[in-house]
Amino acid sequence: MTVNDVVITGMGATTPLGGDVASTWDGLLNGASGGRPLEEDWVDTYDLPSRIAAPLAVEPSEVLPRVRLRRMDRCEQIALIAARQAWSDAGFDLPDEQHEPVDPERLGVSIGTGIGGPNTLLEQHDLLKSQGLRKVSPLTVPMLMPNGPAAHVSIELRARAGVHSPASACASGAEGLAKALDMIRSGRADVVVAGGAEACIRPITVAGFSQSRTLSTRNDDPEGASRPFDAARDGFVMGEGSGVVVLESAEHAAARGARVYARLAGAGITSDAYHITGNHPDGIGQVNAINEAIGSAGLSTTDVEHVNAHATSTVVGDVGEAAAVRKALGDHVLLTAPKGALGHLVGGAGAVESIITVLSLYHGVIPATRNLEEPDPKVELEVVAGEPRTKQLTAAVNDSFGFGGHNVALAFTRA
Amino acid sequence: MANEEITQGLASIVEEVAGVDAEEVSVEKSFVDDLDIDSLSMVEIAVQAEDKFGVKIPDDELANLKTVGDAVDYIVKNA
Repeated sequence: MTVNDVVITGMGATTPLGGDVASTWDGLLNGASGGRPLEEDWVDTYDLPSRIAAPLAVEPSEVLPRVRLRRMDRCEQIALIAARQAWSDAGFDLPDEQHEPVDPERLGVSIGTGIGGPNTLLEQHDLLKSQGLRKVSPLTVPMLMPNGPAAHVSIELRARAGVHSPASACASGAEGLAKALDMIRSGRADVVVAGGAEACIRPITVAGFSQSRTLSTRNDDPEGASRPFDAARDGFVMGEGSGVVVLESAEHAAARGARVYARLAGAGITSDAYHITGNHPDGIGQVNAINEAIGSAGLSTTDVEHVNAHATSTVVGDVGEAAAVRKALGDHVLLTAPKGALGHLVGGAGAVESIITVLSLYHGVIPATRNLEEPDPKVELEVVAGEPRTKQLTAAVNDSFGFGGHNVALAFTRA
Repeated sequence: MANEEITQGLASIVEEVAGVDAEEVSVEKSFVDDLDIDSLSMVEIAVQAEDKFGVKIPDDELANLKTVGDAVDYIVKNA
């Protein structure tokens, strides 16, 4: 343990595979899929080309009381649900007037989202148009703002060391963890509740992603539609979900005898400065993010035997990422791509997939990539497919990339 | 409308908006200090009360409605 060590002591999630981390992990190991047909009327109304999605396995209304639900956007609800789980998993009670398990001045929050509360924006705009000003909720702005998920968690847990809400599209959840690492290493906090959330399976988002030709249209096979690294992949499946971890200085964790899942040893953040949706063809931003993550973690390329890939199941993105990983780390790396089972959780993806990476280190098991039947020959690395792979790992990297040219790599090591 | 009926109507609105048990909502209670209702929820409660009781509650009047009893009296006078 060094003064700079930062460890993961608690994890929470709500995903298309389950309402918590344990059911999500079990689903991944057992080959479950979150892909479902989109059965809403609006799919026909607008004749949307992608008629599949990966919705939450457990509705927030099964977890939170009615009044909490009506005061929060769905994205805020799931961030709070995952944060409560992570907090409790770390061994903390909820704070009250008599009892604050962590000094509030040393407790931060960093929870990102790609869009925030489009559900609220659309619903309240409809109310304004149909029934006028009086029917617009006074909670409209706090429900739609993208810092809402992080802010609600800070109130629940009494975190006063600062609240951050990175918005870097599909890399937001990973950037949430990277920002938290900075907060602890720079001495601003001892404990940071960090992650990401997204809940935006709506006509406008499905239509928008359809128009940018990024969604799968394998409508007759919802469970087989998300197929990262497979030769027959044709786009991603829109998912929703949230992942949140408790990051803690190793010193703080040791002082209270906390269980440690893994270390967050380093983070790399770069930007492509190239195209608003397309990755740089040389993959230089991705390579540099991985190099920065392992370099700042004090790891060599041979230490990293596993990369939990961003791989969304798009034709161009998956091949580009595999090439970047190979360039940064070498031929020995084993890949897996959780989006084959989960779909793409957008701002929640990097956080949920970081949790999966941590569990791979903790249990020595890499989940298989669902639907990888015929590997794309342009992917020149081994990808775990079929059955989970048992392998004791020293270090693993989680990749996350986002529209806008955001590249975030996180380096985790075994505790 | 009888005062009792207005109190019950307000109580159901408060329960709907703020999750306070309707039985807790009695005339002597302060919205903020006793029932823990914030200014945002008060706006929603006022809008629903306007619809239910057919009154207008302008913002400057709303600011004076400290207790449930204040609101009942206002509605009785203005309905």
